[in-house]
Amino acid sequence: MDAINTDAPRDDDALEKAFQTKVDAETRIEPKDWMPEKYRHTLIRQMSQHAHSEVVGMLPEGNWLTRAPSLKRKAVLMAKIQDEGGHGLYLYSATETLGISRDEMFDQLHTGKAKYSSIFNYPTLSWADIGAIGWLVDGAAITNQIALCRCSYGPYARAMIKICKEESFHQRQGYEIMLTMAQGTPEQKAMAQDALDRWWWPSLMMFGPNDSNSPQSAQSMKWKIKRQSNDELRQKFVDATVPQAEYLGLRIPDDNLKWNEERGHYDFGEIDWVEFKNVVSGNGLCNRERLKDRVDAHEGGKWVRDAALAYAEKQKQRSAAAAA
Amino acid sequence: MSNDSKNELPLYEVFIRSKNGLDHKHVGSLHAADAEMALTNARDVYTRRSEGVSIWVVKTTDITASSPDDKGSFYEPNDDKMYRHPTFYEIPEEVGHM
Repeated sequence: MDAINTDAPRDDDALEKAFQTKVDAETRIEPKDWMPEKYRHTLIRQMSQHAHSEVVGMLPEGNWLTRAPSLKRKAVLMAKIQDEGGHGLYLYSATETLGISRDEMFDQLHTGKAKYSSIFNYPTLSWADIGAIGWLVDGAAITNQIALCRCSYGPYARAMIKICKEESFHQRQGYEIMLTMAQGTPEQKAMAQDALDRWWWPSLMMFGPNDSNSPQSAQSMKWKIKRQSNDELRQKFVDATVPQAEYLGLRIPDDNLKWNEERGHYDFGEIDWVEFKNVVSGNGLCNRERLKDRVDAHEGGKWVRDAALAYAEKQKQRSAAAAA
Repeated sequence: MSNDSKNELPLYEVFIRSKNGLDHKHVGSLHAADAEMALTNARDVYTRRSEGVSIWVVKTTDITASSPDDKGSFYEPNDDKMYRHPTFYEIPEEVGHM
């Protein structure tokens, strides 16, 4: 769909004011409505990176698809991975309404220009990691995404609502895996603890930098692209997750974690922001592997896309010839 | 931002009837080589949990849409015809519900 493009001179200040009034009144912005260019760009960046994260997120889980411990777990994992692919597609399609093509987004991902969530640059070393990912990574994603269901951009908000409905199963199946392992043999429980140890901090990093260190946040909050701050969402996730870990009988790897009666929240330790920056800038354990797998999958599928287009063209010509 | 999409499969808009008795509703879009592929893709992408009993796909380029810029003038002819609404008419209370 085309962005609005009229040649008539416009008063951008007045338009922007009207736009903000709409946003303040909780009226959703739709694709053909006027919007500030920076709003459009911020959304394209955020939404396409969100889509990339869904798609790249299939890779660490795919690692265990052939080695799932039972047919049930395998079927569940397959369904979850299909959902992630589907979520990527909802989000790509919503982002295209802002005037960027699918190919351009793929190109940005494949050349490393666009980022995806850093969490997927960590390796999945044991089956318990599949449990930890569902429980923690999807749990953190849901916390983020529930807030985004009220995003000011209509297509994004609608995609989020659909995604949130489906994600709940992801978190529950992950927790169930953790529960089964935590109640299993000492070795299995140790695997569950090891998975929690490795995934806890990267999950907290998913909420992004601290508010004091997130310069773009204020504008995004004003535009209601973002509805809650990084730290608020992170706190929410910690508060919800600590009791779940206690029920599992597992220990969250944070010596500073304790209930703060006064605040009514859990206090927790500082994230290793050096590690965060390292992984974001491409030096995580799996950055290269993930990107290579994505590029290979895209290029490997090219002949299928070409054949489908050639077939469609042939069918079109045949029906034209039949009609003549 | 280029809109160079000549190598892309065409874009289709997807509409789904969630159950008989309800209208088809726009749910999003997807890329497909032709309408038939768009239908099967729509099934896979938008109805993984029996969200639909009927799917329509329409090439995005075949949709003509009104422009939000016209808002005022485009809808104006209807905005001042309050007599089209039931509340325009005063019926004595004794007559009862009508």
